[in-house]
Amino acid sequence: MALVDRLGEALGRNQGGIILTSVDALVGWSRGQSLWAMPMGTACCAMELIAASFNKFDFDRFGTFPRPDPRHTDVMVVAGTITKKMAPAVERLYEQMPDPKWVVAMGNCAVSGGIFYYDTYSVVRGVDEFLPVDVYIAGCPPRPESLQDGILRLRELVHTESLAPGVRHERKLVLPFEPDRAASPASYDDDVKPGPGEGA
Amino acid sequence: MKLDELRAHICDTHPDLCPLFSIEYGDGTLQVVPEELHSAAEALKSLGFDRLGMVTAVDKGEVFTLVYRLQSRSLEAAIFLKADVPRNRPEIGSLCDLWPAADWQEREVYDLFGIVFEGHPDLRRIMLPDDWEGYPLRKDYQNAQVIKRPDYI
Repeated sequence: MALVDRLGEALGRNQGGIILTSVDALVGWSRGQSLWAMPMGTACCAMELIAASFNKFDFDRFGTFPRPDPRHTDVMVVAGTITKKMAPAVERLYEQMPDPKWVVAMGNCAVSGGIFYYDTYSVVRGVDEFLPVDVYIAGCPPRPESLQDGILRLRELVHTESLAPGVRHERKLVLPFEPDRAASPASYDDDVKPGPGEGA
Repeated sequence: MKLDELRAHICDTHPDLCPLFSIEYGDGTLQVVPEELHSAAEALKSLGFDRLGMVTAVDKGEVFTLVYRLQSRSLEAAIFLKADVPRNRPEIGSLCDLWPAADWQEREVYDLFGIVFEGHPDLRRIMLPDDWEGYPLRKDYQNAQVIKRPDYI
């Protein structure tokens, strides 16, 4: 990682030549291709999070794989209500994750406190009170497709991140074998087709 | 076991508990004074109420009503055991020595109502952080961080 850090410093000093910027974009692209998820599931959203990684929705096809260990993961998916007692534990788990790391707030509770926003003494009103959230997913709970869409949005974000701190690429690297999602947005109807006998 | 049979069974075996028995909302209830809670619970346990299903409390203003739900598989019956403790001195004996299940349940009641269970082996907060101030399920609980729900929602 020292080499990557030095590359980031070099890119930060000057904008880099054609080789350095290409390497930079390639690193960002490859980071986005395998966002391993830390399933920070505390409530009913965790059911959708679990469903998203099983065979019907198959999170693995996006390179996302749940690992219940913060030291192995890139993105923390906060799925569920975070109480004031739980918040220090979540923050500690986040600190144990290696850089670079991202946070997805899944569901209304993680976004804003959800139904616990009013008249509640014990719930944190959104994990962005103590974590830097990259992607917000609304829903109570969101469908697994929503979570997968959120991870794909996060992937687009990661693709544009430079090794130099605070720098973003204007265009992301599009490899020849990879369809540009922004150019041809996928229809939600195509995501999950009903299985045999499941009806419409 | 039907409620009449339960009442007869209690009156036969423990005549001192008989006048305390009543039927509230279709459930057998024993209302005792706090000092006699432990002896009444012991008597019920010897009758066959071997399971403590639930401990909770009700804030009635002047008093807190402690509610214990006792269940029995041998009698196929369940009964409420209730005791009123004064609000200015909310103390009552622990039942941990009779039912180990009372341990966490009484901690929860202590956590949310501030009722002190004398003789409890480890009486500290269980759900809220240790440095929490106040007892949230009391009717007069105030917390400046709570946002009141607007009427129009």
